[in-house]
Amino acid sequence: MSSALRIAVVEEDRERALLIVDGLKDAGDYDITVVGDAAGLARRLSDLKPDVVLIDVADPNRDVLEAFALASGPLDRPVAMFVDRSDDQATKAAIEAGVSAYVVDGLRKERIKPVMDAAIARFHMYSRMRTELAATKAALAERKTIDRAKGLLMQAKGLSEEEAYALLRKTAMDQGRKVVDVATALVTAADLLR
Amino acid sequence: MSARGLDCAFIPLIDCAPLAVAREMGFAEEELIDLRLHRQPSWSAVRDRLAFGEVAAAHMLAPMPVAMSMGLGGVPTRIDALSILSVNGDVIGVSRALAAKMRSVGGEGDFLSAVAVGRSLITAAEGKLRVGVPFPFSMHAELLYYWLGALGLQAPNDLDVRTVPPPHMAQAISAGEIDAFCVGEPWGSMAVEAGVADLILPGSAIWQFAPEKVLAVRHDWAEENPDLVTSLMRAVWRAARWLGDPENRMTASEMLAGPAYVDVSAEIIERALHGRLKISAQGTERQVPGFVEFYAKAATFPWRSQAAWIATRWAARTGIDRAEAAAQGRACYRTDLYRQALGPIGADLPNASEKLEGALDQPTAVASSRGEMFLGPDRFFDRLIFEPPAE
Repeated sequence: MSSALRIAVVEEDRERALLIVDGLKDAGDYDITVVGDAAGLARRLSDLKPDVVLIDVADPNRDVLEAFALASGPLDRPVAMFVDRSDDQATKAAIEAGVSAYVVDGLRKERIKPVMDAAIARFHMYSRMRTELAATKAALAERKTIDRAKGLLMQAKGLSEEEAYALLRKTAMDQGRKVVDVATALVTAADLLR
Repeated sequence: MSARGLDCAFIPLIDCAPLAVAREMGFAEEELIDLRLHRQPSWSAVRDRLAFGEVAAAHMLAPMPVAMSMGLGGVPTRIDALSILSVNGDVIGVSRALAAKMRSVGGEGDFLSAVAVGRSLITAAEGKLRVGVPFPFSMHAELLYYWLGALGLQAPNDLDVRTVPPPHMAQAISAGEIDAFCVGEPWGSMAVEAGVADLILPGSAIWQFAPEKVLAVRHDWAEENPDLVTSLMRAVWRAARWLGDPENRMTASEMLAGPAYVDVSAEIIERALHGRLKISAQGTERQVPGFVEFYAKAATFPWRSQAAWIATRWAARTGIDRAEAAAQGRACYRTDLYRQALGPIGADLPNASEKLEGALDQPTAVASSRGEMFLGPDRFFDRLIFEPPAE
């Protein structure tokens, strides 16, 4: 059997789905379909007849797949959850990354491994991107607050920008607090007094 | 001695109550356990986290330890049920269109009559009846197969039982993907609140005493941690006893309504705990005796005959050997550990570990460690009696 593996990626978040698909395309020649809508999931999968289904471990729709995996009527192909007991490390890596895969029974391990590796890498990449994005957003918000506090000090006390920042920093150090906390307190107080 | 950490997975349903109460009311702490409860998005996730050792214990559907031990679905792992967390508590609901049709065919039926309601449902259904359940290995699925099968509706020809995550049940029925559902509370009531379904029957009308959820652990873990197992069982049993007092239900409802647990309004949870269900959007209410039990009638005792019932039902559908299935089922329900852990703290223990299922019409005294205890009623709606295959 040399035809391309048919892979279904169940993922509602479009951006994340695309990221996973890109990773899989780099890993080999696969026939990939994204199922983005949970409604009618079981029916979609019966029509697609995928060899491998990839889904986030935490996706509530996994129970739907469970039923699909069991529905092995005479014409359906049996699907089992990918957990290779002989390879605990691979299983652990998949679970840590949050990947769960359902694989047609009897599919050779060598054919599944690159798919799993690519999926695991992309799941990690996505969560890293999310963490970075959250950190960047927080940093931006902090900078805005500090800028506003500086502006308030410059206006109220006739200070230069550097002097305003130095005052914020000194106050923070004296009180054992972070500059952004002092700035937030000042901005809040100013809003109240306005 | 400091508290020992113990991680436990659960699904947001009213019957996670014994675990929530064990933590919130300090029963776990008294046993020097820091019971860390982890809410999960699906039963598959609960199963995998328990199988792979990410959690030590779990709130599970009563058939799941049996299925996992028999290697049905997921990774074959030997799982033990230490005690029953809840008995009954499921509801069956239908789309409002189907409810109207049931009324038009004349048999609205009494809310507690499985025969009358079942017949009008079968008459009103057009083509194959599609019913949503939370998981393939669940009491919900078993009750449906038992009930509709006995009335002549057989899967897969006339009956299509589908898996739908409980919080999606209302949406699935309003989108027309399913005609009916069998689900645990609060999700049946939530579908009524959303105006998309009417409730037609409580699960207890099919079997008056069906084990619904269990306290599950890995068999190996139980063997390696006997002290922790004892402490966990005691904390959860005391929580069940606390829940058995009707005066505590309001407090329990407020507790469960919190965002860490079920996260729906306390009013809906309290109605379910009292068995006072709003069955239609017009506000019709029905009182269901024994709608959900946490403690009364030896509800916490993991009867080996209940596990045998579950296993032989699958045996009949899939062609597995009946006696062998029953033996595998029995082995999962740990009456031995239950006796060891709970006897010394005053739990009344039945003399037998198996019984006929479905033989009691009314509360009946049976021999127990403290003299006698009351069991039942526990009838199946068709009045058949289940006798477990000989060991």
